[in-house]
Amino acid sequence: MSVLVYTENWEGKFKKLSFELISYATGIARMLDTTVTAVSIGKVEESELKKLGNYGANKIISINNDQLAALDNQVYASVISEVSVKEGSKVIVIANNNSGKAIAPRLSVRLKAGVGSGVSKLPLNLNPFTVYKRTYSGNAFAHLVIKSDVKILTLAQNSFDIAETENKATIENVNVPVDGSMLRTVVKDVQKQSGKIVLTDADIVVSGGRGMKSPDNWPSLVELATLLGAATACSRPVSDEGWRPHEEHTGQTGKIIAPNLYIAVGISGATQHLAGISSSKYIVAINTDKDAPIFEAAQYGIIGDAMKVLPKLVEAVKERKK
Amino acid sequence: MKILVCISNVPDTTTKIRFAGGNTSIDTTGVQWVINPWDELSLTRALELKDDAATGVKSVTVVHVGPATAEPTIRKALAIGADDAVRVNAESPDAYFVAAQIAEVVKKEQFDIIICGIESSDYNGSVVGGMVSEFLGIPSVSAVSGIKIENGQPVLTREIDGGKEVVTVPVPFVAIVQKGIAKEPRIAAMRGIMMARTKPVKLIEPVPVDSLTQIIEFEKPAPRAACKYIDADNPAQLIDLLQNEAKVI
Repeated sequence: MSVLVYTENWEGKFKKLSFELISYATGIARMLDTTVTAVSIGKVEESELKKLGNYGANKIISINNDQLAALDNQVYASVISEVSVKEGSKVIVIANNNSGKAIAPRLSVRLKAGVGSGVSKLPLNLNPFTVYKRTYSGNAFAHLVIKSDVKILTLAQNSFDIAETENKATIENVNVPVDGSMLRTVVKDVQKQSGKIVLTDADIVVSGGRGMKSPDNWPSLVELATLLGAATACSRPVSDEGWRPHEEHTGQTGKIIAPNLYIAVGISGATQHLAGISSSKYIVAINTDKDAPIFEAAQYGIIGDAMKVLPKLVEAVKERKK
Repeated sequence: MKILVCISNVPDTTTKIRFAGGNTSIDTTGVQWVINPWDELSLTRALELKDDAATGVKSVTVVHVGPATAEPTIRKALAIGADDAVRVNAESPDAYFVAAQIAEVVKKEQFDIIICGIESSDYNGSVVGGMVSEFLGIPSVSAVSGIKIENGQPVLTREIDGGKEVVTVPVPFVAIVQKGIAKEPRIAAMRGIMMARTKPVKLIEPVPVDSLTQIIEFEKPAPRAACKYIDADNPAQLIDLLQNEAKVI
């Protein structure tokens, strides 16, 4: 009956989002008067696994199998589905990120379970089971009823506060045999930039738009980001022009992000851009045009030329750090 | 090799969303309908692959699950360059239903590469592509930002946390694509628009499938607090507010 959570680790360490997922699942488990079971795939030390208990996981199932080293959507979904059936789980919680989006739909078909994707609140109602989800790229929210017996929820990043509780977790090492014929995706090459803050995981993001005027003006923006421990991003025209790599494009057709703080420098805030950043907790806008729509989305604004404001901001942060 | 591109019919991304029927549906008055942005990029990349004779891609088909009112969007895909189209004639109650219909089409027509956009800009579900692959029991690769065909073998680039992976996968498979798959969507030329009129759109009736989810109500996002302005000459005040008021740095 337990609420099942698929947690994600990054080279053996849990990401913050895994603690968000557990906290969220714990909230649902309280509503349903049941327990939380966390699933971890990959090599994770017992001391790290135990951390999941701090947020409410009652049982932690660790699956460490060489065949599961690379993410294969089909295989991961089959493993999680097998565990969920064994646990009799009626609710499965997964992150609404790249891997979550890869696994949740496959799990849905296996279990004939409806998916509520990108939920950002605890269920509004248990009967019928109703969740609150983002639609129309953040321009509307829907009350979605999941009619199936088993429900899959993918949690929007940074939308649910982490809450610590008393740790009562038990750890179970489980070996789930993998059907080798399913492993058909072969990784030929990996290009990873180590040390770089992952945009979709970042707490703070500094983002530049056309108001930056030229790719040569980026060093001051990058310096501000480095000082704040932030990831860098950009608007669509900037990535289309090739000023910045397209991986940095935030907006409707780029990355959808939800950091604690989003600093938009020289970005006017077209609907499509706001669609990618509107879930940020705080938005700061720096723009010369006082009528730019970005100011309607922002809590803090500076009307001014990015080229003049950025160096002053960098100085102010340096001063504060002393 | 045959490519199938799944297209969704969505309100233009600049549409001001209004509700109708006591907030149970979207007011479609005056709404411009377009091909979902990611699907448009998928179609563009599929056509680029077909244009290159070395890839061995012989045809690009688009599939849509929806009522006759979606015809203009399907014709647009044909005008951009798709060879033919399949429309499953049904109001689509949810993603599970849509994916089940697309899987049926693939079973009948035998496509090698099935491309789906990462999400539709209306329901933001991000599930149809993955569901199609599971219905068919074939591999899926998600967060794909590049598709090439080298010596008859598909080579995909997918985004992972903090980087990229290059993967190969045997056909048939589903590619769930995102930004980067094509530079800009291809635009229909006059010749394409003329030709689209006579290209075949195959009409298929849906197979019976129960939907698993249903939207019962919409609401507007909570309004944000008014913007607090800081003097451009004194950005230190901003740092102060972020540190002591918002407590985010």
